[in-house]
Amino acid sequence: MTGTADIYHEMIIDYSRNPINFGEIKDHDVTFHDSNPLCGDSIDIDMKIDDDKVTDIKFHGNGCAICMACTSVLTEITKGKTLDEVRKIDKKDILGELGLEHLQAVRIKCALLSLKVVKSALYTYMGEHLDDSQDVDKLKEEAANLY
Amino acid sequence: MQSTDSSFENLRKDFPILKRTVRDNKKLVYLDNASTTQKPNQVIDSITDYYQNHNANIHRAVYALAEEATEAYEATRDKIANFINIQDRQEIIFVRGTTEAINLVAYAWGRPHIKEGDIIVTTEYEHHSNIVPWQLLTQEKKAKLEYIGVNDDGELILDDLDKILATGKVKLVTFSLMSNVLGTITDAKKIIEKCKAAGVLTLIDGAQAVPHMKVDLETLGCDFFAFSGHKMLGPTGIGVLWVRKSILETMIPFHGGGDMIREVHKYETTWNDLPYKFEAGTPNIADVVGFGAAIDYLTKIGMDNVREHEIELTTYAIEKLSKVKGLHIYGTKDISKRGGVISFNFADVHPHDVAQIIDGEGIAIRSGHHCAQVLMERLNVAATSRASFYIYNTKEEIDVLVNSLNIVAKVFKL
Repeated sequence: MTGTADIYHEMIIDYSRNPINFGEIKDHDVTFHDSNPLCGDSIDIDMKIDDDKVTDIKFHGNGCAICMACTSVLTEITKGKTLDEVRKIDKKDILGELGLEHLQAVRIKCALLSLKVVKSALYTYMGEHLDDSQDVDKLKEEAANLY
Repeated sequence: MQSTDSSFENLRKDFPILKRTVRDNKKLVYLDNASTTQKPNQVIDSITDYYQNHNANIHRAVYALAEEATEAYEATRDKIANFINIQDRQEIIFVRGTTEAINLVAYAWGRPHIKEGDIIVTTEYEHHSNIVPWQLLTQEKKAKLEYIGVNDDGELILDDLDKILATGKVKLVTFSLMSNVLGTITDAKKIIEKCKAAGVLTLIDGAQAVPHMKVDLETLGCDFFAFSGHKMLGPTGIGVLWVRKSILETMIPFHGGGDMIREVHKYETTWNDLPYKFEAGTPNIADVVGFGAAIDYLTKIGMDNVREHEIELTTYAIEKLSKVKGLHIYGTKDISKRGGVISFNFADVHPHDVAQIIDGEGIAIRSGHHCAQVLMERLNVAATSRASFYIYNTKEEIDVLVNSLNIVAKVFKL
């Protein structure tokens, strides 16, 4: 188990105090909202998509330091990636970036809420723009089994 | 027993869990009592004794063990009757907890009695267990759910009740005797008075109040009352629903099965007497026995002493926490109107982060919406931190809590 001191390091506090890509995209191509029923973390993510590439991404909402820091990192990772690359973003990419690999189970949901939202936004977009519905179902399953 | 700090300190030896350390060899400071309380040896031993010496099914067999098990189970019903002053033991139904009790009422009373256009009234400071069952019922029956609002001091706005009662359509008013977030003690007498004048039934969620103060159902005069064993030193999975007999007799069964029947034929069944009509299947016998031991324990201390001890702790905690820069306490500061529950937010730090950081110091507090999202919306917050006290807590533990907030301030550079 990671100790408190390991979790609340400088980077987490800085990101939670000054989140990156915080805000809204008014003319987004896709937006998605989700929340953690137990703790009330609540995140909206807007994405702008051109030529199958995420050209802009912003988030708003309310969450703990872990949630806000992970969302900041995720938006940085996502920006500029193709939809296929976004599909492949793994929870290890987020947790690894912030040294949260051993986060206790109850806080994993705080850390990965935004990844769930991004994946859900992606399948919403693909559902609207892709003919191959099998792909979308697979994505939905991926998003559902994140934690 | 004298209500002094030292006599309450003496109780701590009865609670084995309070001796343990957590995390980095830190002494456990358990301040999540509104969620569930710890159990004294007397309760733990009574359950072990039941399984080691008396275990059998109740109300059926004629052999010695079955008789002992039945006696032990029924003895708790009598203890409950004495504890909250109920004259008729047939009105006491064992359930899993307050949630099941309220769902039982919504189903077994609500279904035959609620019609299209009727109104059920709840309050903005209810636990989800006193909101969702009524949403389900009113949606099914095309009835309406209305709310008594909460003012900035965390008290109910009773003018709201007057306005809703004036419609003449209200069938039930349901409210918590003590808010699980704000600790506000509801002016139940006044609400019941208004409802009686309007010919409206009342349900009280006593989950937060019964463990912490003297509750007398005869004086209160409500029609339904629910509470849980695990919030008052008892085991999890056992609670009580009390219903006035004249109303209980108009209710349909909740669960069908064994024990709740008199005669079963191929196509029709007649029901058992009260309260067994509402206790289908083999009940949670061992935990009912443990619940009885918890009631004995609290009776010995005296509920007025429990309340006095918590007033002392809460006064001390509010005084100390108020001095922490950037800390906001929700609800009234009038101690006569609140129980030992303190919800707060610390600057802009999310309650989850507060709870996690002080967990590193061995302190157990709750963070989140406390199953009261309607109230969170009213307070305009996503979550709060909550410290809640019980008989075994001490002023030293409150000092540990207050000091631990310095660490939070340091981590978050407040």
